[in-house]
Amino acid sequence: MAHKSDLIASDIDAYLKAHETKDMLRFITCGSVDDGKSTLIGRLLYESKMIFEDQLAALESDSKKVGTQGKDLDFALLVDGLAAEREQGITIDVAYRFFSTDQRKFIVADTPGHEQYTRNMATGASTADLAILMVDARHGILTQTRRHSYIVNLLGVKNLVLAINKMDLVDYSQERFDEIVSDYLGFADEIGIARENVLAIPLSALRGDNVIEKSESLDWYHGPTLMAHLETVPIEDDARAKPFRMPVQWVNRPDLDFRGFSGRIASGTIRPGDEIRALPSGKTSTVREIVFPSKFDQTDRMDEAVANQSVTLTLNDEIDISRGDIICGKDDPTEVANQFRATILWMDDEEMLPGRAYLMKAGARTVQATVAAPRYVRDVNSLEKLAASTLSLNDIGSCNLSLDQNIAFDAYGDNRTTGSFILIDRISNRTVAMGFLKFALRRAANIHWQSLEINEQARAEQKGQQPALLWFTGLSGSGKSTIANALEKKLFAMGRHTMLLDGDNVRHGLNRDLGFTEADRVENIRRITEVSQLMLQAGLITLVSFISPFRSERRIAREKVADGHFIEIYVDTPLAVAEERDVKGLYKKARRGELKNFTGIDSPYEAPENPEISINTVEQSADDAADRIIEHLYEFGILPRS
Amino acid sequence: MREVVAEVEQPVMLYSVGKDSAVMLHLAKKAFYPSVPPFPLMHVDTTWKFREMIEFRDRMASDTGMELIVHINEEGVRQGVGPFTHGSALHTDIMKTQALKQALDKYRFDAAFGGARRDEEKSRAKERIFSFRSEQHRWDPKNQRPEPWSLYNARKQPKESIRVFPLSNWTELDIWQYIYLENIPIVPLYFAAERPVVERDGALIMVDDERMPLRDNEVPRQEMVRFRTLGCYPLTGAIRSSATDLPGIIQEMLLTTQSERQGRVIDHDASASMEKKKQEGYF
Repeated sequence: MAHKSDLIASDIDAYLKAHETKDMLRFITCGSVDDGKSTLIGRLLYESKMIFEDQLAALESDSKKVGTQGKDLDFALLVDGLAAEREQGITIDVAYRFFSTDQRKFIVADTPGHEQYTRNMATGASTADLAILMVDARHGILTQTRRHSYIVNLLGVKNLVLAINKMDLVDYSQERFDEIVSDYLGFADEIGIARENVLAIPLSALRGDNVIEKSESLDWYHGPTLMAHLETVPIEDDARAKPFRMPVQWVNRPDLDFRGFSGRIASGTIRPGDEIRALPSGKTSTVREIVFPSKFDQTDRMDEAVANQSVTLTLNDEIDISRGDIICGKDDPTEVANQFRATILWMDDEEMLPGRAYLMKAGARTVQATVAAPRYVRDVNSLEKLAASTLSLNDIGSCNLSLDQNIAFDAYGDNRTTGSFILIDRISNRTVAMGFLKFALRRAANIHWQSLEINEQARAEQKGQQPALLWFTGLSGSGKSTIANALEKKLFAMGRHTMLLDGDNVRHGLNRDLGFTEADRVENIRRITEVSQLMLQAGLITLVSFISPFRSERRIAREKVADGHFIEIYVDTPLAVAEERDVKGLYKKARRGELKNFTGIDSPYEAPENPEISINTVEQSADDAADRIIEHLYEFGILPRS
Repeated sequence: MREVVAEVEQPVMLYSVGKDSAVMLHLAKKAFYPSVPPFPLMHVDTTWKFREMIEFRDRMASDTGMELIVHINEEGVRQGVGPFTHGSALHTDIMKTQALKQALDKYRFDAAFGGARRDEEKSRAKERIFSFRSEQHRWDPKNQRPEPWSLYNARKQPKESIRVFPLSNWTELDIWQYIYLENIPIVPLYFAAERPVVERDGALIMVDDERMPLRDNEVPRQEMVRFRTLGCYPLTGAIRSSATDLPGIIQEMLLTTQSERQGRVIDHDASASMEKKKQEGYF
């Protein structure tokens, strides 16, 4: 049941006609558990007859079991969805609810209000036309009200309702109401919320005062009830009046004769014949047809398409446009840039790493973005600007960012669609931040990489990996190089950046002047250690496959590497087995005395005492050994767990 | 839908033959027109669907020109799993939940469109439009990605997959209204007609084929009935109705006092049952 209307029973066709033309209001409710937010939403659903009998029966039984309202219905139980949340008695995510009345259809984003859920609230607010700020009449404007106001204002929500709830607990006092309203408006001025965009309503969600019906106890209030306001508030739809923008989601090419560009129009109006400009390329053309299927034949063409419609455009010229480009009106295009000032709301448990390359998705385009250390972080409670070197979960900061290519964009204040973006971590794939583009940085104002050096960490971040030195040691013929090769192939296939330094090939070049005396062996390892240092600094996972018989040299290599990044891999093959294999015929030569100082024969091999990994090549193949090493790399945190 | 097609390798549309699937398929045709939607349709057939559903399914697939994949859990068939012999819970798990996982693994689909709506059920209200599943097809409600604006992050680890719910923000009324406005074909079972039914445990069950074992006192009789949702015929209760056209259906829907899922036998356990099923891999 959507709601009660006499038309349903008497004239269903008329009802459908009326419903068809209803517009939709999306709103968000901001408040914390105790403000009665869930109770309010539950009541809106209940009063608009959105609750079915079977649901009502469940509500009655739940109210008895876990309700907080004694024998009365606990409306909050209608909206607290997930089982874990119900047990804890709090809402911890964004939930969407739907209802409609004779006037409008509604989608409510129900989000938690605590500071640790700032990201959830921002997500809910990103698509909202209106925000209800819940205030407990006993407590007045609290820090959280200020925080919620700041966030919904940041997200560009224009209409605010200050719902002063629990009026029944302050004896429906007008004086108290006026006091809270005046308090709030003073604060609204401070953060730039226009007073005419705020409507304060006294109500009691629990008792139903001024939710749907005018309350007799609040007869001094002459404004609309909450529902009446939701039904009539003008939804600011200035998107059509703005310049034309359509991010291209998909290039539609069913055959050689048709080439169209599909997307949802972000703003403006388009007609066949209109001149357009594709960005960032800047190429121009005119619109041939607007394809908008309804009958799925040649008649599916429109004379005009407007903001929020999903269409396919064909052009009169063959210009190169791909997914992620923005088609604009020719004379009113977006800006194009690769360096920006932006506001970023951090949404991940792992803090932002200045200098790390993240993926940035803006419209249908995904590029690589590097964020500089924040200029400041906004304290969402005091609204002060604080110094910070990074952004942590729920931090809102002002940052400069730099992209690996140009994108077309508008300032968020001008266009919510072409001015917004998300950041994605390249390793975990999590959505780590939402962002608001402010303006492009001109050359003169290029990013100052405050306190950011291009160092080992930065280079590794760019590759999305942890550098490490994997040091294979073992007798000649033990299988070091075979395993190292197999491992490198696997790492490469996983998208890791690697380099393999092998005894044989390094000796042909860099160490061509060295023999096999003890002194030369030490020098050999010293050079390898230095070269592998450079590789590590380049951010590579470096594999070194050397007999490296002496503990002291291996220790020197280890000591040069940061803790946890040196992995000694002992390829433990008994001499008899290695000699039996004798792939290169070297043991035979050494036994015949043709090779001097051969490790294991007439030169000692000092086995590692505590290698990170020990491989028994008698029992496992090189391929299995490589798999085992990869397992260890996960354990050591060198490779990220998916 | 365009985002999914642009960002994943092997998308598929789960086509359950019901009204939500009908709307989803219609939207797909629109999104890609004049191209044919660039993914196959897949139906997980429990072998107990209404016969009219199967006829309708085949006709729709052939009309759209899309490939239709029908997957049946053959192991379940070999074991003779069915709702009458094994009960609704086990039947649904083996022939639907497990079968779906099998099919997704078999064809290596990494994104599957589904017609679920947030207004259907409380745990759905919090599910994202792009909803990620582990290699074992599990849903982790505590670890969902935020979806601000309409920016969808479709990146995933190699063995993960995505369930995508394009109709998340539609209500049951929106679905019917859209079917009405756009003249979208739906299975005739949604319209009232004389059908052979028996009344069993408070539900009107249609005797769709000879596999239905009748109890001693049960004699199928012709009644004017229709269905609000469609699934396995033994698990789907009919309602008495005279609504033979869309306005009539919508009128009944708006005046009813029972929610849509009420006709489904599987939701009748504990109130958090859907959430539990979803964590186990139910769509």
